[in-house]
Amino acid sequence: MEKTKLKNNGNMLYRIFSMVILVILAILFIFPIYWIITGSFKTVPQAIPPEWFPSEFTGMHYEKLFRQPAWRWLFNSVAMAVLSMALVLIASSMAGYVLAKKRFTGRKIIFSLLICAMALPKQVVLVPLVRIMNFIGLYDSLWAVILPTVGWPFGTFLMKQFSETIPTELLEAAKIDGANEAMIFTNVVCPVIKPAFGALAIFTFINTWNDYFLQLVMLASRRNLSISLGIATLQAEMSTDYGLIMAGATLGALPIVIIFLAFQKYFTNGITMGAVKG
Amino acid sequence: MRNKDSKEVVMNKNGVSHAIQRNIDKVSYIFLTPMICFFIIFVLAPMVMGIFTSFFRYTMRDFSFSFLSNYTRMFADPVFRRSLWNTVVIVVTSVPLVTIFSLWAASAIYERNRSTTSFFRGVFYLPVVMGTVPVVVVWKWLFNPYFGLLNYVLKAIGVMAPNVRFDWLGEQSTAIWCILAILFTTSIGQPIVLYVAALGNVDKGIEEAAEVDGASRLRTFWQIKWPSIMPTTLYIVVITTINSFQCFALIQLLTSGGPSYSTSTVMYYLYEQAFTYYNYGYANAMGVILAVIIAFFSAIQFRVMRSEEA
Repeated sequence: MEKTKLKNNGNMLYRIFSMVILVILAILFIFPIYWIITGSFKTVPQAIPPEWFPSEFTGMHYEKLFRQPAWRWLFNSVAMAVLSMALVLIASSMAGYVLAKKRFTGRKIIFSLLICAMALPKQVVLVPLVRIMNFIGLYDSLWAVILPTVGWPFGTFLMKQFSETIPTELLEAAKIDGANEAMIFTNVVCPVIKPAFGALAIFTFINTWNDYFLQLVMLASRRNLSISLGIATLQAEMSTDYGLIMAGATLGALPIVIIFLAFQKYFTNGITMGAVKG
Repeated sequence: MRNKDSKEVVMNKNGVSHAIQRNIDKVSYIFLTPMICFFIIFVLAPMVMGIFTSFFRYTMRDFSFSFLSNYTRMFADPVFRRSLWNTVVIVVTSVPLVTIFSLWAASAIYERNRSTTSFFRGVFYLPVVMGTVPVVVVWKWLFNPYFGLLNYVLKAIGVMAPNVRFDWLGEQSTAIWCILAILFTTSIGQPIVLYVAALGNVDKGIEEAAEVDGASRLRTFWQIKWPSIMPTTLYIVVITTINSFQCFALIQLLTSGGPSYSTSTVMYYLYEQAFTYYNYGYANAMGVILAVIIAFFSAIQFRVMRSEEA
């Protein structure tokens, strides 16, 4: 009895201790976004001693921001993320399905090629990729960011793993009922792998949105920048105009943070599934 | 024996007739076409080109075969060696820190009530969804010697003399640690989510049985939880290793590799060589070496994972 009581006391202390650490860290993690948003509304954001909360709200930094093509940057980022997402879902679900369910000639070779490519980092391909984009005339366009994302085999791998779970009897039954391959894919395969679609969609969206390196080497003219690149450019040009930079950062971070908070459950499921299956 | 005139149905190794196999092949390749096109044009072709041109003296004006000269130059280049060293420091520091911290944080939050768990999980994932660039620009401000909050707070609590303007990102001794700190905040989000899920899947029955039998908290952890979260741990180690090797945005935005290359990484130096100095061949050779190193690490980790499963 004595021992369990002691143990419970220890447990209680540990729980309190860990909670304190977690709360301190949580404040440190929330603080940057707080500082971004409030900084974008302060008249003199860099004042020392700092204003912990804006004493008066000003919209002047946003006025200045929208003299830049900032909406366009945001639109570009959303367009790149959404288009990559759509193309990745289509291409990799089709490829993943046949890799999992059809014993076609050359299947092993194609699959091991995809796996090998996945283990290698993208950096080896960057300089030649810029060349290729130049050659086909897509350099400095959104497609230069979208298309390489679609070629990356992670999605195919995830979809292949997931398609293994489709019961073969189901496919055969559909075939006996006279369905052709296109019908089988849209009416039988797609509904079964629906959860994987969600996971891959979220994964691709976040990755494309955050792929600063690819955007940096592929996009050049001011109107074609992504929001991330736009903010980075503002920082390079006006490094201590913190109001303007924070207004840009707010525009870049807030929409996706709101989406995340609203759909947190889907995000966490997506991340977990992508990992367990991948 | 293949005999086309024979009325008998000839079976291949998959146990289907050649006609059916041809049909399967046709359908399969139609389904594979979009993926294979993207893959060949935007992954495979540039990969082959990258490896090929790494053996050439390849700049804006010059394109001539030089065999291994890019590679020998690399290992004689003090900046490359410094960058490689920094990359190793970043990987060796961040991988254990991220893994251990996220395991601790996940075990501290996963047994609390649902809203507490999802609150903390969300908070730690916040820097990932915010995007690297917004996170980095605000940190750059916080570290600023004149307008930054860090110096202000240190002075306010009396740790720093009031007249000092310490430049955190401009000093060789501190710059890389600042980068590591920010890298840490952007790296732990996914591991925590994964660990919370993995710990939630540990069989509650066995855990309770162990506790009833009087096993200590630590012992329950090592003997029951640890083995079942092992695959998750390995996955986390792999992705954190790969991400740390590729650390770029933080460095480009915070220090541009400085002061005097003390924060340059292989990725950053590669970028600089390719897009500032137009030494394409040299940059591609660095890419190849980086790829070999990363592939080597991934291979080891996959090997370990396999042997764990067996």
